[in-house]
Amino acid sequence: MGMVMLLLLALLAFMIIGSLIAAESEDLLSAVVCVGAVGSGLAIIDLLLGAPDLAITQVVVEVLCVAILIRVVLTRRDETHETHKDTFAIATVLLVLGVLLVLGGWAMTTLHPFGQPLLASDAPGVAAQYLAGGVAEVGAVNYVMSVLLDYRAYDTLGEATVIFVSVIGSYAILRRTGRSHRAARSQEGES
Amino acid sequence: MNSGMSLIVKTVTRLVAGFITLFGIYIVLYGHVSPGGGFAGGAILAAGLILVLLAFGREATLRMMSHDGALAWDCGGALAFVLIAALGYLAGGFFVNFLSHGEPGQLNSAGMIPLLNAAIGAKVGAGLFGVFLALAVFRPGRHREDPS
Amino acid sequence: MTLTALPYLLALALMIIGLYVVVAKKNIIKIILGVAILDYAVNLFLLLLGYRDGGTAPIASPQQAASSDTLATFAAGSVDPVPQALVLTSIVIGLGCLALMVSLAIRLHEKFGTFDMTRIRELKG
Repeated sequence: MGMVMLLLLALLAFMIIGSLIAAESEDLLSAVVCVGAVGSGLAIIDLLLGAPDLAITQVVVEVLCVAILIRVVLTRRDETHETHKDTFAIATVLLVLGVLLVLGGWAMTTLHPFGQPLLASDAPGVAAQYLAGGVAEVGAVNYVMSVLLDYRAYDTLGEATVIFVSVIGSYAILRRTGRSHRAARSQEGES
Repeated sequence: MNSGMSLIVKTVTRLVAGFITLFGIYIVLYGHVSPGGGFAGGAILAAGLILVLLAFGREATLRMMSHDGALAWDCGGALAFVLIAALGYLAGGFFVNFLSHGEPGQLNSAGMIPLLNAAIGAKVGAGLFGVFLALAVFRPGRHREDPS
Repeated sequence: MTLTALPYLLALALMIIGLYVVVAKKNIIKIILGVAILDYAVNLFLLLLGYRDGGTAPIASPQQAASSDTLATFAAGSVDPVPQALVLTSIVIGLGCLALMVSLAIRLHEKFGTFDMTRIRELKG
């Protein structure tokens, strides 16, 4: 068991504990902070597994995510405690999720083992071609960028569309009363 | 109205915000030779602007970049992405790399990947900042407290 | 044999925790946090699939890019770049969707004055 594996397991345990605390915490603010810790752990795992691009993105996105959530939680106190706990429903959910965990875990053991990806097997797929011809065909030494913006650029176009739609959507949702209120106020000013 | 945070935060923000923006631009432009790229750099640019928004309050930030400005950068980035992709028709098809590959490892290499990265960076940065601005400015219930 | 699948299993456990929060919790902000955890778990799982033992990041230095021999040895020791490229966009999409969910939650809070799903259902109409 190598050093990377040990660190990886420790960080995964940290992430799982953090998400459990976030799930069961009564205080929304501490739940938000715990999710921030989980995301930071993911950023370190990104660095450990040889993905510096992902680590940079994950850290910054995590900061923005926590800032947005804290802004929402802090300005709105609400005193919703889970007063009426429906134990039967919770037990059913836990049972179904347990079955899912067992079945999924059984499926995970049939995957290729950790540390020996498809890339290193007999049928390496497209990744080996990208790695072999990336610099000669595209000219970028960062293979992630050559996959993202050259080999799989259609995929990136679709995902950029998704981001665009989500941004425009939240604009539309938040902006509606802002506009009508401004219009109403200007009408009041005129009358 | 004394908006924003304390004097210490404002001073540090004044010192740091320019460097954060510079770092974001570096990450965007050098995406094809080092870790980074349009998505990471755009998020860093948005983070720099959000830092200014948190430190100085709404009015000062809206003078720097308004809602319509953020929306324009967002849409402009998306349009530039599609336009650069469509320029590939000059070489035979959508998303075909029509510029020369250059010498690998130099800034001027990889054809249109830096251009696409810049478009994505503008789009992601302005989009994320615009969302945060919308969350900060169009605060619900504000008009109820508003005396006018 | 089980040890080689252990990181996958832990990522699956994280995914299940996220699902539990989404399904069982009543608070809208908690549900949003659950979606965020689910998002992290899926990204992590895709990243784990592409790791190679002792692999380096898929970014060659200009010296390695100079000749095809050094490039071939680099490619033989690099991790899989394809999952990384797909996850990179997925992270930013996760933030965009989180902002969308948060703005919906803000609208709900403005209308009903609470984040509690059960009370929002009672107050309907």
